[in-house]
Amino acid sequence: MADDNLFNKFTRRDWLKGLAGLPILGGVWYAGASFSGNLKRERKMLLETLNIKASSPPAAGPMSGDPVRVGIIGFGIRGEQLCRALGFATTDWLRQMKEASEKNPNDSRLTDFKAQENLNIKLCAICDLFDYRANKAIESFSNENNKMKRFATHTELLDSGEVDAVVIATPDHWHAPIAIEAINKGIHVYVEKPMTHNISETYVLRDAVRNNPKTVFAVGHQHRQTQSFLTAQDVVAKNILGHVSLVVTATNRNDDNGAWQYEIHPDANEKTVDWNQFLGSAPKIPWTPEHFFRWRKWWAYGSGLSGDLMTHDYDRLNCILKMGIPKYITASGGIYTHRDGRNVPDVMQINMEFPDFTSGTSQEPGKEKGMQLVYSATLGNSFERGTVLMGHDASMELGNTLTIHADLGSTKFAKMIEEGRIDPFEPIYQYNPAANGADAVTSATARYFANKGLLWTYRDGKRVDSTFLHLREWLSCIRNGGKPSCSIQEGFEEAITAHMGGISYKTGRRVEWDPVNEKIIALPGENLDAILLTNEEKVKV
Amino acid sequence: MNTNQLTSAQTNSLVVLRLLIGWHFLYEGVIKLYSSSWSAKGYLLSASFLQGFFRWLGSDSMITIVNTLNVTALMLVGISLLAGFKTRAGALVGIVLLLFYYLAHPAFPGLPQGPSEGSYWLVNKNLIEAAALYVLFLLPTESAFGIAKLMQRSRPQTA
Repeated sequence: MADDNLFNKFTRRDWLKGLAGLPILGGVWYAGASFSGNLKRERKMLLETLNIKASSPPAAGPMSGDPVRVGIIGFGIRGEQLCRALGFATTDWLRQMKEASEKNPNDSRLTDFKAQENLNIKLCAICDLFDYRANKAIESFSNENNKMKRFATHTELLDSGEVDAVVIATPDHWHAPIAIEAINKGIHVYVEKPMTHNISETYVLRDAVRNNPKTVFAVGHQHRQTQSFLTAQDVVAKNILGHVSLVVTATNRNDDNGAWQYEIHPDANEKTVDWNQFLGSAPKIPWTPEHFFRWRKWWAYGSGLSGDLMTHDYDRLNCILKMGIPKYITASGGIYTHRDGRNVPDVMQINMEFPDFTSGTSQEPGKEKGMQLVYSATLGNSFERGTVLMGHDASMELGNTLTIHADLGSTKFAKMIEEGRIDPFEPIYQYNPAANGADAVTSATARYFANKGLLWTYRDGKRVDSTFLHLREWLSCIRNGGKPSCSIQEGFEEAITAHMGGISYKTGRRVEWDPVNEKIIALPGENLDAILLTNEEKVKV
Repeated sequence: MNTNQLTSAQTNSLVVLRLLIGWHFLYEGVIKLYSSSWSAKGYLLSASFLQGFFRWLGSDSMITIVNTLNVTALMLVGISLLAGFKTRAGALVGIVLLLFYYLAHPAFPGLPQGPSEGSYWLVNKNLIEAAALYVLFLLPTESAFGIAKLMQRSRPQTA
């Protein structure tokens, strides 16, 4: 009866006011669920249509067994970075990073370094021509577990019998001579890019590696380890972009460090630096500290934008498109932002032609063939231009994330664009290795965070540096067999392309590759290596 | 003060405010519940204020529980305000949530605005919504409109 009383005391109006919120609640819930459901279905359909495999890279083998005995040749800026990737940081660096992390708790460089996997190596030998640097390495890395010895020349180091492998981070003109000698002595090599400094040594090095199949040879293009590039390979293999006729890529730097204006160490002089050995094949000149520390600014030791920086972009595209050496190269540019006595250009455009290239087509056979790769560089502006692969059906922006936009004029996506299921102005696919893999249509907010780099590449929950992964891959091949992702063929293609760029810049003419005879075509009476190595900005032809 | 002293137009306006805010909370919660890829990680890691605290909330060890709590709280606040049940508690939870959102990306001069449309100086929509919830906390309307009306032992004096 009590219940009756309870119900009786409410009028219909009371009931209405008591429960009217519930239909609104149900309506809002239904609207949210159905909106999310539709969005999910559309995404799923698009992802199934695209069928891109957002793959994790294959895990390199274990680092167990006896430690690999590694020697470092060249301990400048890059040499130090490579040693850190191998697990050896200088005392100075550790102190600086400790201070940096105390000042800014978000600075995780030190914790990231400490969290890095132990590669089980002994860094037991160093060859650097500057006493200060060699001593710094020995003071920092020599301890009870790791005895490090200095060698005056790379030959002494290679002949010592104390190393199984060497990391070469010298100026460019020493890359090949040391690598060739090491390979011929059965010592594994990791050499920085560009693989070589002139054309003839490129062939000699290739022969050396081919003749010594047991030695593991890797070129330092660590970009190959970037997770998004592996997914990009699948995008190209599945012909999602259609025929790619143009690829644009760029270097944009606007600071002293980026323009190779490195610090000149006050302790450097003729007594503390083995200047003659530094010069090697370069023209003999008296001690010039600027040349020793800022060697990238001269053709005699460095390779300019074409060898130093274009090679990175060329190699990462070559790893995705596998387009090989261009048939023609036309380069131009000048010294427009750093007129400081350097003779390599600081603004440069390199147009690479691949007339036989095809990445697949969605149109009638035979209509599309050929591709141009445009590398555009300046050391006087840092506006980020990115890398874009432009196909008939879609464009792919390539970086740590991948973003694909369908093309308005696409054949493959025409129907879906017409039905309004694809908006050519919104990405149809975005891949972010650290978020939940892949997304078909990304919200503005997610893009905002992705662009800020907050959701970044981690492996097994740890942020890792691609140089570490690249060295790890090389060490794994030494221990467990296999071939590094950037080995002699990739290095050969990279080096020849860089040299064609340098020759074209210096001569001002279009340079042609003969793929049958594997030669850069020289004009009558022309010595291409002499042109490349002449320590002047341009040569008269 | 309670809503019994208000005119019915005043009470109705508070009910409308409650339903609008409840609607907003519930929809935000439901959308997140059904979007498997949604995460507060980006919002927390990009915090421009009290970074240490918000980055901890966004860390790998915390983010799953933070996401679950956030979605649950959003939906409970929405349900409470729409259905008219325990709206004072709902309003308080809502205020706490909104203050978290506000403090992670406050509209302080000199700080980046973060991911939101519009232009703000000190006051932004999160703060306004929190203030509106405070009004609803002080002036509950569930006995005039909501399930609570049917749970009272005696009929209210005024409607």
